[in-house]
Amino acid sequence: MSEATRLSRVHEPLPTFAGTPPFPEAAKAALADEQLRRNLRRATTTIRTKRASAIAERDDWEELRLAGAAIKDDVLARLPKLLVELEANVTAAGGIVHWARDAAEANAIVASIVKAAGATEVVKVKSMVTQEIELNEALAREGIAAWETDLAELIVQLGHDRPSHILVPAIHRNRTEVRDIFTREMGAAGLPAPENLTDDPRALAEAARLHLREKFLRARVAISGANFAVAETGTVMVVESEGNGRMCLTLPDTLITVMGIEKLIPTWRDLEVFLQLLPRSSTAERMNPYTSMWTGVTPGDGPQAFHLVLLDNGRVDTLSDPVGRQALRCIKCSACLNVCPVYVRVGGHAYGSPYPGPIGAILTPQLRGIARHPVDEQTASLPYASSLCGACFEVCPVRIDIPEVLVHLRAQVVRQHGWRARTLTQEAAMMGALGVAFGSSHRLGAAERLAGLGGRLFGHRGRIGRLPLPGLLGAWFRGRDLRAPARTSFRRWWSGQGRTRR
Amino acid sequence: MRVALFITCFNDVLFPEVGQAVVRLLHRLGHEVEFPAGQTCCGQIQFNTGYRDACVPLVRRFARAFAGFDAVVTPSPSCAAMVRHHHATVAREAGDPGLPAAVAEVAPRVLDLTEFLVDVLGVTDVGARFPHSVVFHPTCHSVRLLGIGDRPQRLLAAVEGLTLVDLPGADECCGFGGTFAVKNVDTSMAMGADKVAAIRSTGAEVLTSADTSCLMHLGGLLSRGRAPVRVMHLAQILAGDDR
Repeated sequence: MSEATRLSRVHEPLPTFAGTPPFPEAAKAALADEQLRRNLRRATTTIRTKRASAIAERDDWEELRLAGAAIKDDVLARLPKLLVELEANVTAAGGIVHWARDAAEANAIVASIVKAAGATEVVKVKSMVTQEIELNEALAREGIAAWETDLAELIVQLGHDRPSHILVPAIHRNRTEVRDIFTREMGAAGLPAPENLTDDPRALAEAARLHLREKFLRARVAISGANFAVAETGTVMVVESEGNGRMCLTLPDTLITVMGIEKLIPTWRDLEVFLQLLPRSSTAERMNPYTSMWTGVTPGDGPQAFHLVLLDNGRVDTLSDPVGRQALRCIKCSACLNVCPVYVRVGGHAYGSPYPGPIGAILTPQLRGIARHPVDEQTASLPYASSLCGACFEVCPVRIDIPEVLVHLRAQVVRQHGWRARTLTQEAAMMGALGVAFGSSHRLGAAERLAGLGGRLFGHRGRIGRLPLPGLLGAWFRGRDLRAPARTSFRRWWSGQGRTRR
Repeated sequence: MRVALFITCFNDVLFPEVGQAVVRLLHRLGHEVEFPAGQTCCGQIQFNTGYRDACVPLVRRFARAFAGFDAVVTPSPSCAAMVRHHHATVAREAGDPGLPAAVAEVAPRVLDLTEFLVDVLGVTDVGARFPHSVVFHPTCHSVRLLGIGDRPQRLLAAVEGLTLVDLPGADECCGFGGTFAVKNVDTSMAMGADKVAAIRSTGAEVLTSADTSCLMHLGGLLSRGRAPVRVMHLAQILAGDDR
């Protein structure tokens, strides 16, 4: 690929999650996409079934979950001390540690390291945190091309698309769509796809391997995230399935790892718990195929410069909330996505964040500062993107009580939008009316007689059909009837014949 | 044993026959229930939508209305879960010094009907007859939050003449979710449509559940779709209602 082609591609605006409408609206659009729903249903059902059997093999699964939660809670309680310990051990092993308050600082640090290394492109290991800080977009603005090397991330990047799942970023695509993307886009990014590429998974994987190999061998700088970092030794770890991570972590001269500060664990021994919890929850494997770990630099072997960027970006704010902070236990396994009845129908894009699904609904608002200041309407809609069915909590390997945090964040939304919610919206008016009715049994009795009258006026054979009501009330009747309120409420029945004649 | 009936606001206004069935059933089993007139609502809809302040008077009212009973029976695992799991949270946040203690006294005595029948009365065969094929929807809050397990299925299995048919994908949410049903109406209806398809695929005559709220949503969808499926609360079957 010529330098001109490369640069023109680098300067194309990259798609981001900015401008995603509030969840109900985004979900409505996604639900209308039949292909998307089929792709999601098929993929999540498969992985959900496999996970269930991988978990069933372990009779100590609940103990492992409890241990995982306890270790992470301990980390969160001692975070400052453990971070300093990690920094000291990484530095002693020849690494350089950087501290970034937010996305802009982290992106600037990474860009300056890449430039100092004299590189204009980097290869990337799949990483959630660099999606969170929109690193690729920031590097593109500096004239640096960032090549995703995870197969699914490659599909997303070549498709000018956004990831929609934590583990399987291209879960919304089927293999025919992938074949079309490879055929159309690979040539502009590097080695073109082979002619007459079929949608056979092996052929697609081979096309990706050839395309990526060229980039692995050429790259001088690699960027990764981290699954874990061990404070007592300064060891950083990435687990993966494809071996692309291993290539990135060993071939280039310079390795930059961006890591959220909650990713650390105190001791090497703690990995015993997480290396069982993570693969079984995530890919439904007993063990992941590749586990790479490194401690600083080793002369003559692997990258000779290692930079660790420790990122806050809303994590300290999250930590300040005693209920919400459990979200920071998350090890990004994505089990909660695959069992979520909302996610499996709507997909990841509707959440407007690289963290979709139940965990995204509690993590994104917190990272965006909901504990500190009012958030925008899209962010405020996320805690409501759940029926509170609790399937997520049931599968979470670190026992994050996601429904508890969702409800807690809803209370923050209502509190922060107080004046507006309470005076102007239909929801607040309804809550106010319920408050009046439920405030005394006499008022409730009167409300029931009124409702019974309404039932007789609008009901037909005991049910109310379509009613042209505005807003939330009308929403009920769009596809559902309502049982007409009873002529005689239970309360009235009891005070009359009920008590004597049953 | 003094037993109170917590009817819940949904059943009081929309489904009084569910409460009547509970009264009849318990009477048949030899237990009189009282209906404390001061009761209104457990506050779940307010709590789950984020209106915590609005819950405080309801939690206070609940603790007062049901003080002094040995058991508070409700035909709603979802509302029982609200009381047992969340009233303490509201009480703690309220800053009312007496409230946490009052809640701690009452909340553990609040039992779903199936818990009361199986655990307290020790019966699974309540002497009902219901010669129909029935599909049971295990609601999320009853299973995951309250943990009533298979008590409803055991009660149904003991009903004379009743054929219990399996519901495919039974552990997946029906899409009701309180205000979720209207705030995220499209997602709620998509979930409900799949659940209704699963219910209809069984060919069962009757859909039942331990929670009225989910039945209101599924019943509304079935009614709009003119589906020939009767919707009944578990208590109505156990009371032998067959109209």
